Amino acid sequence: MEMLILTFTIFVLAIFVGVEIINKVPPTLHTPLMSGTNAISGIVVVGAIISSGAGENTSGLSTFLGVLGIILATINIFGGFLVTDRMLQMFKKKKG
Amino acid sequence: MSVFINICYLVAAVLFIYGIKGMTSPKTAVRGNQLSAIGMLIAVVGALLDHNVVNYLYIIMGLLIGAAIGGFLARRVQMTSMPEMVAALNGFGGGASLMVAAASYMEMQILADRTIAAGGVFEHPPLQWSVALILSILIGAVTLTGSFIAVGKLMGKLGDSSQVKMFKAIVKVCFVLLIAGSAYFLYGDTMHSDNLLIVMIVICLLLGVALVMPIGGADMPVVIALLNSYSGLAGSATGFVLGNNGLIITGSLVGASGIILTMIMCKAMNRSLTNVLFGGSMAAQAGVSKDENDKFYEGKVKMASSEEVAMMLESASKVIFVPGYGLAVAQAQHATRELASMLQKRGTEVKYAIHPVAGRMPGHMNVLLAEAEVPYEQLVEMDVINPEFAQTDVAIVLGANDVTNPAAASDPNSPIYGMPILQVANARSVVIVKRGLAPGFAGIPNSLFINENSVMVHGDAKLVLQEMIAAMKDL
Repeated sequence: MEMLILTFTIFVLAIFVGVEIINKVPPTLHTPLMSGTNAISGIVVVGAIISSGAGENTSGLSTFLGVLGIILATINIFGGFLVTDRMLQMFKKKKG
Repeated sequence: MSVFINICYLVAAVLFIYGIKGMTSPKTAVRGNQLSAIGMLIAVVGALLDHNVVNYLYIIMGLLIGAAIGGFLARRVQMTSMPEMVAALNGFGGGASLMVAAASYMEMQILADRTIAAGGVFEHPPLQWSVALILSILIGAVTLTGSFIAVGKLMGKLGDSSQVKMFKAIVKVCFVLLIAGSAYFLYGDTMHSDNLLIVMIVICLLLGVALVMPIGGADMPVVIALLNSYSGLAGSATGFVLGNNGLIITGSLVGASGIILTMIMCKAMNRSLTNVLFGGSMAAQAGVSKDENDKFYEGKVKMASSEEVAMMLESASKVIFVPGYGLAVAQAQHATRELASMLQKRGTEVKYAIHPVAGRMPGHMNVLLAEAEVPYEQLVEMDVINPEFAQTDVAIVLGANDVTNPAAASDPNSPIYGMPILQVANARSVVIVKRGLAPGFAGIPNSLFINENSVMVHGDAKLVLQEMIAAMKDL
């Protein structure tokens, strides 16, 4: 139970941090913000790696699901970061 | 080692926060995005060092396939298709959470069976584990199918459904079944509920479809933002399943971001989230018929040629462009910028008025104009630009409709009454470039088009702008 309270505290505090910083993002950058946070949500790849690489207590199906998870999350990571970079480079260029 | 790995996740989370913080200004945003990417690399290295991970072959295969597909998509996608791209990425994120949750359930099950078979006592995972598992499966599956329905709607492959009632009924039945199923899962034999879980996953996939299908195409910006938030929350729930703080923190950051954008979009349309989600499409509710629409405009619209508009622009000292979705469809962002540069060279002040829901996702119009190398200082938000229309000689509306409709301020019976609009009608003269007189997403006629100081140029925005540019050169 104590563990749950601790992790839940982290969850709630992280939401507050998120709200604070994201409110400061100007509307101009809302699309890159969305694709950037998409990339970040690819962090679930961490769970997929641990699932698919585990040596014990696995079955063929669980490993398969894990690998599928890695593929989907990696699409998010690469697709998200690269497309965000592409957009942000356009904002960087300045010609009057 | 475990301490080191957890520090990796913490460092990654801190870098993500710095990365998003970088997004607060276009100057620091590129750097911010790179910081986030470094954070992700650190997190992945941490996961690879986990003592449970012994088999690297599949992992490397998965990473390579994902990287190839992701890299390909990121390079190929057109800026006009960015909403579809983001919606698809949301779906992949939700799908990944679903897979991870299902895989960890199976592993826990195998552990349980082996322990008992060996005569040991299996310590049942705590209730919060089961709750988190159910949540991560539910949210993940809904995000997966919901996002791909959204992609279909954005691509125009799926029209607005008239079966709103049917989908509402399906949603209700799904919810009831899911609540009953979850209760049975939590209080029944949790470790041997494979079939129940499979049925619940199927119901959630169906729920994702039924939730997004009845939502009108115009409301897709809200839906994408909301699904963005779901994909984050699904990740957070997976974090609770795995007891991984890195996932929990990151998922909640993404969840918060999606929710904030959802609220901004709803506010910009003066609609509540429930109304967007369950109200059906606006055009179906309050839209006028084609005859009524024709009658509204009959004989009252003043037409102008591109040459006449060029002459108006010639003598203008301040011009505001009002881009809308039509500009994106016509790919007219480059032509717009060319005309704007021409005007600026002649000493005319040029600005762009950006309504929060212009385009098909938050900030979409800004990206399109940035692609055409419009400096972002010229893109002005609604609240800031509205007082400036009164001092503007010519306002050029390019493929925008509902966001300029004065009925939103003056007609309490209008379905868009109360929606904040760009007060284009206050400009000395207004030029509307539009393909025809068809109503916008709200399905209602726009009295701006028959205003005294308005003229319309019918045609594809890109072609019309090119004609204007040619005419300006001749002057």
